[in-house]
Amino acid sequence: MSERKTIDARGSFCPGPLMELIAGIKLAEVGEELEILSGDRGSAEDIPAWIAKVGHEYIKTDKIDDYWSIIVKKTK
Amino acid sequence: MSKKILVVGGGLAGTIVANGLCRHIGKELRNGKAQITMLGTSEQHLYQPALLFVPFGLAGEEDLFRNQRKLLNRYITYHVDPAKHIDAENKKVTTESGKVLDYDYLILATGSRIMPQTIPGMEEGALWFYDLDGARKMRTALQAFKGGKIIINVNAPHKCPVAPLEITFMLYDYLTKRGLIDKTEITYTYPIGRLHALEPVAHWCKPEMDKKGIKYETFFNAESVDPAKKTITSMEGITLDYDMLITIPPHSGMDVVDNSNLGKGGWATTDPKSLLHTEHDSIFVIGDTTNIPISKAGSTAHFETEVVIANITSMIQEGCWSRYYDGKVFCFVETGMDEGTYVWFDYENPPNPGPPSQMIHWLKLTYNRLYWLSARGLL
Ligand SMILES: Cc1cc2nc3c(=O)[nH]c(=O)nc-3n(C[C@H](O)[C@H](O)[C@H](O)COP(=O)(O)OP(=O)(O)OC[C@H]3O[C@@H](n4cnc5c(N)ncnc54)[C@H](O)[C@@H]3O)c2cc1C
Repeated sequence: MSERKTIDARGSFCPGPLMELIAGIKLAEVGEELEILSGDRGSAEDIPAWIAKVGHEYIKTDKIDDYWSIIVKKTK
Repeated sequence: MSKKILVVGGGLAGTIVANGLCRHIGKELRNGKAQITMLGTSEQHLYQPALLFVPFGLAGEEDLFRNQRKLLNRYITYHVDPAKHIDAENKKVTTESGKVLDYDYLILATGSRIMPQTIPGMEEGALWFYDLDGARKMRTALQAFKGGKIIINVNAPHKCPVAPLEITFMLYDYLTKRGLIDKTEITYTYPIGRLHALEPVAHWCKPEMDKKGIKYETFFNAESVDPAKKTITSMEGITLDYDMLITIPPHSGMDVVDNSNLGKGGWATTDPKSLLHTEHDSIFVIGDTTNIPISKAGSTAHFETEVVIANITSMIQEGCWSRYYDGKVFCFVETGMDEGTYVWFDYENPPNPGPPSQMIHWLKLTYNRLYWLSARGLL
């Protein structure tokens, strides 16, 4: 399995964590896992919602100190 | 020994950084202790924000172009000869023509570009204004437009986060003035779950769109366009039909970044505070080509140049580091043909836009003229 890539979008007010994830997923290979770090609660909810809409695989969300780590697998 | 500074890219960031350095290390440049070389792709410098006005016939050659050599301080040696490969281990750059240039400090400022070709059907089916050819085609199409369904489709990633909204509101005003707004339905689509990346801007523009009858679709990332059927389909499974499709295509950085193993998708891996490449401490990265998760905008690039100018100057003159980038971004937002507002934010402070006013609109128009002074390093 390829190494999991982390996108650190903490402190990103614009374009923000979800937009960074969308850009990151476009560059990833099918089967690759991505971890996105986000400092805002809104994205921690929006990101799993978007993953479900598009049909990638949502792996998990962890709350760590003052930020969230969300892991996604690109499936198509 | 003379310190060699090599600037790769003569757009907004490269030009401001090179001219700014000339003002700070003028003495070293005069006595041969430092030298600045720039590699670019063209004799002309394009002011990209003016492209927004081209589809409405409001910007001409004079607003868009200046001769690049005339913009540059005379101490800068400029070559129209793009960088093909950067050998960061040996601090050498090979150009398209085969020249090999070595450097002590490299400033990577190759920007970003639109990639409509990455979405099937988009090149054939859509209009855009993010490059000059596209903006001129869009002007022709708008002049022939008699009413119908217009979709403004925004994709990630893209530079200038406010341009999609600006084009929407300007288009609304333009169609109103032409008496076509009652025969037109405008739908704005956006990649994430609200209407703009900046939360306060999203809050502000939703009622503005409602008031104007502009429809919207969020969580919409284009997957394909069918130019024959005139439909656009999103990754999220929604299909919309259109008479005119205006897109902000997804962007990428330049091939030289990937070819030199400095990043992926043309985005160079950059430390958000030092602006150094994460693996090479003689490479600074500024402007659109960084992978920093902040707005790809001229103002971002401008604030970054100040940090790089201060640090290179300090290293040359005092052998030490000077300061870090705090993530500052400032954006004017045109909210129609006659009004504007602005937002600023940094890594710590969230954005907060002021109320739209005519004065801010005039300030933006003034800035469009002042840009040429700013590029010369005079602002
Ligand atoms: C329609 C539109 C409206 C905009 N409006 C605004 C606005 O209102 N406010 C704002 O702040 N920003 C705005 N922007 C964004 C702004 O123009 C960019 O963010 C800014 O130009 C980035 O600067 P840069 O130097 O990183 O890239 P650029 O200015 O794009 O410069 C990169 C340069 O590198 C050159 N290059 C590429 N590859 C190579 C190579 N291999 N070797 C050498 N040179 C190379 C390119 O030819 C180019 O000249 C707008 C952009 C567009 C398209």
